[in-house]
Formats: sequence, structure tokens, C-alpha cells
Amino acid sequence: MIQIEGVSHHIGTAQILRDISTSLPEGRLTALIGPNGAGKSTLLRLIGRLEPLQAGRITVDEHDVARCPTGCLARVMAILGQQTAIASRLRLSELVGFGRWPHHQGRPSADDHARVAEALDAFALTPLAGRFLDEVSGGQAQRAHIAMAFAQDTPWLLLDEPLNNLDMSHARALMVRLRGLVADGGRSVAMVVHEINYAAAWADHVVAMKDGRIFATGAPAEVLTEEVLSALYDASIRVGQHHGRPLVLHHA
Amino acid sequence: MRLVPALSMALAALMLASLTVGAANVDLRGIFRDPQAMLVLLESRLPRTLAVTLTGAALSVAGVLIQVLVRNRFVGPDTSGTAEGAALGLLAITILAPTSALWLRMGAAALGAMATTALFVTVIRRLPPREVMLVPIAGLVLSGVLGAVVTFIGWQTDLMQYVGAWLYSGEFSGVIAGRYELLWIAGLAAGLAWLAADRFVILALGQQVATGLGLSTAAVMRLGLLVVSVVTAMVVTTVGMIPFVGLVVPNLVSRIMGDNLRASLPVVALAGALLVLACDLIGRLAIHPYELPAGLILGVLGAGLFLWLLHKRPSHG
Repeated sequence: MIQIEGVSHHIGTAQILRDISTSLPEGRLTALIGPNGAGKSTLLRLIGRLEPLQAGRITVDEHDVARCPTGCLARVMAILGQQTAIASRLRLSELVGFGRWPHHQGRPSADDHARVAEALDAFALTPLAGRFLDEVSGGQAQRAHIAMAFAQDTPWLLLDEPLNNLDMSHARALMVRLRGLVADGGRSVAMVVHEINYAAAWADHVVAMKDGRIFATGAPAEVLTEEVLSALYDASIRVGQHHGRPLVLHHA
Repeated sequence: MRLVPALSMALAALMLASLTVGAANVDLRGIFRDPQAMLVLLESRLPRTLAVTLTGAALSVAGVLIQVLVRNRFVGPDTSGTAEGAALGLLAITILAPTSALWLRMGAAALGAMATTALFVTVIRRLPPREVMLVPIAGLVLSGVLGAVVTFIGWQTDLMQYVGAWLYSGEFSGVIAGRYELLWIAGLAAGLAWLAADRFVILALGQQVATGLGLSTAAVMRLGLLVVSVVTAMVVTTVGMIPFVGLVVPNLVSRIMGDNLRASLPVVALAGALLVLACDLIGRLAIHPYELPAGLILGVLGAGLFLWLLHKRPSHG
């Protein structure tokens, strides 16, 4: 379980997060939703210790992110940030291979190689494995980064807008894969997602944020309602049903 | 990778050639019957060949590292204030303790280089990350300013001859046994970098990825700074700064085999040694029996190579 207690964060004079306390359940796929600037990415980055914690406390499976050595945390959670361009000329197989680095520290075993091959295969990258990062499309590079986090093989997977640049079929394949990790692999996933219907279709738990505060939390059926979403996004939003799950309609 | 054996063979051939080329005649076949030739070989040719090889290899590896540290391909140890820092350190020790031991001079050069390279890295971190070209420009400006300080002090203290030898000549004709061995330290430092190759690759992927993988970047940054500074300081102290190798060779190798340093650093080292040795040989043969400095040949060749690189791949940072 990820426990967040009294977390506040500011950048300069701008208050990004205001005294946030919540928990992300273990063995579930959690979606963080909310309007732009709500603080979703910041919260995820704080959990993933990509930003230093200013106030409050965050623990991931009992590991205090402010105290635990970063190398130890890398075996508890893998985090995929929103990608900035990477200037290194690495082959996709090499990039994904670095996902295993926290486990082998430079001496990969046969098991590490097998897991890299599995990760490449899982994201349909095997045919591209020998290509350099600057020779593939944005979506392919994005899949390689996700595969790298996947290869890290940690109990927790934190993904900041992993669907960026992905086409419909690859986006769906990713969600199926994440669902499988949670349902069969006993892992936990937390992801920031902008397209609400991906949360509606696949998430077990939704955390809605607005203006640096938690706006609502709960199962998709509780949070993804017309009332909550309209207030969350300050727009009139209609919600239908599809196969027993909420379906948010863009044309109101 | 087949590049390594091919480059090794080419390097071995050039090293053999380097043993035989020079003002005095050395015939390797009759070397054991000719004490005079043996003396030239052991006291001059072999040390020179080793010095050139070590310099080329170590400076190229240092080039890779400084490019990783500032995450920009268009810098080298000669355009990041490092060499000027080493010269500053040497000037300081020469003025303060003119008769100091070699290891003290070496330490002063390394400390000076470390301080200015750290300054460069700090300056770079404050620049907007998207402005790729600001990094090399900042490096050139810093090198220029530090170079001016060095020149001013050198001028005031009548040490301009030294300054010229450290920063502007870059040649190997003065190398004899007993006066190049510091370069082995440069070679060792470059070898140390290879041991941490994976860490440097992760560092180059950026703070975010490095943290995610549990790498504490500060320690790796310090190691990189140390290696770049030590390599440059040893080169400046013994043969004088050699331009362009540290910039061109890493870029060439990266184009061909990418940035997986565990595989590419040996190729970088071999290619750098090969390039500098070739330039030194050209310098020795061009106006035989006189010599041109290897740094001069490299300046011409390196500038050509660099322009070709820019033309071939315009925009990848």
C-alpha cells in the first residue's frame, strides 16, 4: 500500500499540493484523474521520489521514500515520468535492458536477459530491438520506456501519462497488460491518465484531484458519475454505461 | 563487435610504424646488433609512441565523459575550461613553489582542472535545457575567459613559454623516457571510467530515469569530473593540450555504434589513439626530418571531421 500523509508541495510561490492524505491500495490498478494543473503528476513524482518531499510523509510498502536509499526503492517501484527527449543513442534492447540494472548493477544474468526479452515481446518491440531510439517513432519510443519500467519487475509500477503518443490498439494492449499484471501477477499500478474512459474501463480505484487537493476517491462507479465529473472539470459531462462500466461521453 | 580487432590491428601497425619514423634511422630488424638504434628506440621512440597512444585514448574517453556530464555532444575537454583550469593550477604551483616535486605539480593541475570543470557543469545546469547550442557556446566562453586569465598571469610573471607549451602547442617531439609516465595515470583514469560505464549511460538518460533506476547521480557525476580532470591535467602537464580528439572521436563512434558505453568505450579509446597517432606520424613525415606538431595536424583534420559530422547529422542534441 502507498500511504500519503499530509503532503504539501510548492514550486516558487505556487502551491501545487495542499495537505494531501490518501492511500493507494495494493493489488489494484489506480487511476489519477483531474484537470490540467491539479497536481496529479507532482503527486506521482513525489511518490516516485523524482522530486524531494517538502512536507508530509509517503511510504510505499512501508518504505519511507524520504529515508530509504534510492537503490532499495528501485526494487520496490518503477516510475515512468513524462518523457523528455533522450539524447542518447541506445538500441531499444539496451534501453529496456537498463530496466534490470537495479537488480544486477552491471552484471546481467540469464534471468535478466530473459526478462528483457519478455518485456520487449510484451510491447511488440522485438522486431525493433536493434534499432536506435532516434530511429523509431514517438509511440515506439514510449513503448520502449514502458517496457523498461516493466522489465524493472517491481511490486509497484507508477506511470505518468503512459498513453501519450500511443495509438488506440497499443493503448488498449498496454491497459490489458497492466490489468494482467494486477490480476495475475499480484502487482500494483498507479497511473496518471487524461482520457477518462481508460480509467472507466480498466481501473479498480480512482483518485480525482483538483487544485492540489483530493476531490474524490473510490471505485470507478462511485467517482465517475455525472455529478462528480461535472464538478471536477467545471463542465457539464454526461456519463453512460457500457458493459456495466461507466462510459464518459464527449458529446454532451 | 568486429570493430575492436580491426582497430587494434590498425593501431598495432601504426605503433610499429611510429617506432621506425623519425630523424634518426631505426631498423627494427637489426635492433639487437645496433646499440645506438636500441637507445633511440627505448629512450625516444617507444616512449613517444606510448605517449601518443595514451593521450589519444584517454582524451577521447574524457570527451565521452564530459559529454555525458553536461548531456551535450558538442563539447570536449578542450572546450569546457578543463585544460585552462589545469594550466591555472600549474601556474599557481610554479609561482608559489617553483621547485616543487612533480607529483605536487600534477596534483595542482588536476585540482585546477576539477575546479573549472565543476564550474562549467554548474553553469550548464542553469541554462534552459532545450537550448542545445548554448552548452558548447558557454564552454567556449568559459574556456576563452579562463584562457585570458592564464595568459594574463603568464605574461605578468614571465611564464608565457610554459603557458604556450601547456595550452597551445600539443606535440610529442619532447617526449623521452622519464618525461611521459604521468600519461599512464591518464590511461588508468580512463580505464576506471570503463568500470562504471553502465552508470554513465544511466546518468546520460537524465535525472528522472537515473533516480527511477536507483542510481545516486551525485557520486557518478563526481567520478566523471575526476576522470575528465585527471586525464586533461596529465595531458596538459606532459605534452600540452591536444585539440578536437575529445570532441570528434566520441561523436564518430556514437554515430556508428551508439552510446552503450560498456561496448563503445574501448572503441572510443582505440579510435582516439589511432587518430592522434596518425596525426603525429603525418606531422613527423610531412617535412621530414623536421616536424609539425600533432596538435596542428589534428586541428586541421579534426575541424574537417567535425564539419562533416555536423553536416551528416544536423539536429540531434
